[in-house]
Amino acid sequence: MAAPVLEKPAVSATVRPPARRRRRGGWLFHAIMTPLTLLWVAPMVFVVLISVRSFDDISRRGLAALPDSFGLGGFVTAVGEGGIGLALLTSAEVTVPAVILSLWLASMAAFALSRYHIPFRRAILLTMLAGNLLPPQILLIPVARISEGLGIYDTLVGLVAIHVGFGLGFYTFVLHGFMRSIPLEITDAAKIDGAGVVQTYWRIILPLCRPSLAALGALATTWIFNDLIWSITVLRTQAKFPVTAALLNLQGGYVSNWNVVAAGAILAAIPTAIVFFAFQRHFVSGLLMGSTK
Amino acid sequence: MTMAASRVVRRPVRGRVPWPVWLFLLVPAAVELGWVFWPGINSFYLSMTKWNGLGAPLSVGLKNFTDLFADDVFRQALGNNVIWAIGFGALSVAGGLALAVALNRPRRGVGIYRSAIYLPMVFSLAVTGLFWRVLYQPDGTINATLGLVGLTSWQHQWLADPKTALYAVLVAAVWRQVGYVMVLYLAGLKGCDPSLDDAAAVDGTTAWQRFWYVVWPQLRGVNTVVFAVTVIDSLRTFDIVWAMTGGGPYHSSELLSTYMFEQGFTFLNLGYASAIAVVIFALAILFIITYLVRATRQED
Repeated sequence: MAAPVLEKPAVSATVRPPARRRRRGGWLFHAIMTPLTLLWVAPMVFVVLISVRSFDDISRRGLAALPDSFGLGGFVTAVGEGGIGLALLTSAEVTVPAVILSLWLASMAAFALSRYHIPFRRAILLTMLAGNLLPPQILLIPVARISEGLGIYDTLVGLVAIHVGFGLGFYTFVLHGFMRSIPLEITDAAKIDGAGVVQTYWRIILPLCRPSLAALGALATTWIFNDLIWSITVLRTQAKFPVTAALLNLQGGYVSNWNVVAAGAILAAIPTAIVFFAFQRHFVSGLLMGSTK
Repeated sequence: MTMAASRVVRRPVRGRVPWPVWLFLLVPAAVELGWVFWPGINSFYLSMTKWNGLGAPLSVGLKNFTDLFADDVFRQALGNNVIWAIGFGALSVAGGLALAVALNRPRRGVGIYRSAIYLPMVFSLAVTGLFWRVLYQPDGTINATLGLVGLTSWQHQWLADPKTALYAVLVAAVWRQVGYVMVLYLAGLKGCDPSLDDAAAVDGTTAWQRFWYVVWPQLRGVNTVVFAVTVIDSLRTFDIVWAMTGGGPYHSSELLSTYMFEQGFTFLNLGYASAIAVVIFALAILFIITYLVRATRQED
């Protein structure tokens, strides 16, 4: 919470206000923030507690009771019969190529727009960004239709393609901003040394963009992995569903087995949580990209 | 722009663009054109047809739109979307901003508090929905907690009651969103000049005065972004409602996007669903432009 009021702005107070403010605010700050944070974390803790209980325990003593049993049965059912194991693999098969392809294409477009005198380059850039801001609802029906025409309806290729197309604009915009901050002297020097366009892009610009590629990569991974609406639009066969869509099926099939549903939800949350903890700094800077400066 | 700065971000010189560069630009542009803009335009055409996906769409002019406004479920969804935009926006902005101000200065434990609050951000909306569905069950944690603190009369079938379903979903969505808004405002606060704040503190202002007169005006840029992002997000909201209630009971938690999906993919009223999509687009476009204008300013 904000520091308490300084009552007397007398001489002594003006000499050392920060120290006094901090010491007096210290316990109050933690007294408010600690319970609040615990409350924030509580939903996750409760779901974990439910996931490790047995079905009998839950039906006998209710969802809200503290665990009387401990078992990983819920997880086993979710991964096996529930199909979450397969769905997690499918999600990886979609997410990895979609992230790599979209960042690769976006970095090429950003390179062209930021380093060369392309006519209307700002209009092109903003149009691409606008594409990412469109509500996906306006694209769903025609995209399903077009993917049927291309023969990639109900295939993971189709799903990857749509993720690439839909994300491109935003990634291009962010990478463009980053590439512009790289001094032109660096690429000029490469040109004098005889580097062509492709070499300049691949050997000079891309390595320099590593921090923003990492941040965008972390962010794009969570976006694509977490997607639901595109998967249920482009895919029909339930065996091909990535984890978010499979989770909703699981919920339908195991409607009273809350330990299985909770276990499935936790399994679906783990990969993005790993990305979060491993790339925390990158993830946060990714969230900020393009929104503030 | 100073001389030094203009040297660093010097504009590319006018000259011939080598052909591989065109390729670099045209391939991604073609992908986006084919996968985003072309379907987008198609939706406008489909919104003026009657079509079940088989055969050719039958042109009906603006009939879908006139039907929409006579459709009670559509009006309900539209109203719910307004409630959603306001509730989702106000709660996540107020919460995120308060937390950002509280957790702005480095202190012991600040990192842990921040991480705990934006951790839900990484879960998918479907996972968030399932987490909260479990908590909202009649014998679930929320009712049990209410019983524990003596508020037995507040216990409720949260998701099964048309009066509370929308708000129950809203709480879950806000729980996830607050962390994101907090991160945006933390970045905004980092851009504020701390010496102004300190100077005001020395002058004997209250914490509230310092926030309102010194910090808040400096956050104007972030506010624009948060506002645009929140409205665009709330018009897109689909996953969490789909996961928690599917728009029910009795359409009480229906949003435009869930209604559109239902019409399009459950009932195969593709023309009618496209008309709903066009309405969503029309509502979003103003905020998309706001965001783009701000992005242009950044690019300068």
